[in-house]
Amino acid sequence: MTELAITLNGAPRQVAGPASLDDLLRELGLDARVVVVEHNRQIVRRAQLAATPVSAGDSIEVVHFVGGG
Amino acid sequence: MTVDTPFELGGREFQSRLMVGTGKYRTNDEMVAAINASGAEIVTVAVRRVDLDRANDAGILHHLPADRYFLLANTAGCYTADEAIRYARLAREAGFNEFIKLEVIGDKETLLPDVEGLLTATRQLAGEGFKILAYTNDDLITALRLEDAGATAVMPLASPIGSGLGLINPFSIRTIKRRLSVPVIVDAGVGTASDACVVMEQGVDGILMNTALAQAREPVAMAHAMRLAVEAGRAAWLAGRMPKREVAMPSTPEVGMLA
Repeated sequence: MTELAITLNGAPRQVAGPASLDDLLRELGLDARVVVVEHNRQIVRRAQLAATPVSAGDSIEVVHFVGGG
Repeated sequence: MTVDTPFELGGREFQSRLMVGTGKYRTNDEMVAAINASGAEIVTVAVRRVDLDRANDAGILHHLPADRYFLLANTAGCYTADEAIRYARLAREAGFNEFIKLEVIGDKETLLPDVEGLLTATRQLAGEGFKILAYTNDDLITALRLEDAGATAVMPLASPIGSGLGLINPFSIRTIKRRLSVPVIVDAGVGTASDACVVMEQGVDGILMNTALAQAREPVAMAHAMRLAVEAGRAAWLAGRMPKREVAMPSTPEVGMLA
């Protein structure tokens, strides 16, 4: 186990590695069906989350739908 | 009697010509009740970061089942074409549909659109297969260029977002509607039911509103009023109003009066 320093939704964060994006969502308690993940500015399809490793220095955005006009 | 046709938008048909936003409601329950009272089928949502400090933050989808509402994501808050394109792609990845309400804002105080950025983003996203509803000002030339750029619908404003000032320039809206082939949906500025009615009386295809419902004293009651106003305005447009005259014309016969 190693600690990976990443930027998550604009803030620095340490996550336990090795981890995939799917692992990260699980650790955050998020349902992959209602969020969209952007990994170093690339959108990662849901089916690819488990196969995409998190690396030190990654910038990850997790977004969802909120109220808006 | 002229029977209205369904509202067609990007190959889909809708019964309601009223579209509503989901922002600024006091509670989610009130939002859902207002949407249902409005009769709207198309409901706008925005893309934002998940708040990681709020555990089990379900977002808004929990309250808006996608089999019941047609979710139209917007790019509100984007100030450049690149930013709006990024948000549009994220929204599409959420997996509901390829429609996007495209906003590229040019000015923080008025929230008026950045026309250059809007056209750039429209061209790019149309090429990627998006169906774009472009929020724009009430300028005919911009509306024509958006249509040429591949917009599915053009959404000129009645007045600035959240202002509630109503329809400032009916002439511009009528001109845009007359000259465009794609649907024209008036977006932003409606404050109360008469505003919505006047907008629909210009012959546009639909109307989108948010603040007028969310910030009414009673959003559910206002949503009901807006539903009636949109239906009344549309019906009046289909009926064809009488010509305006600068002089009076008696509606009672003048023959047969007592001598």
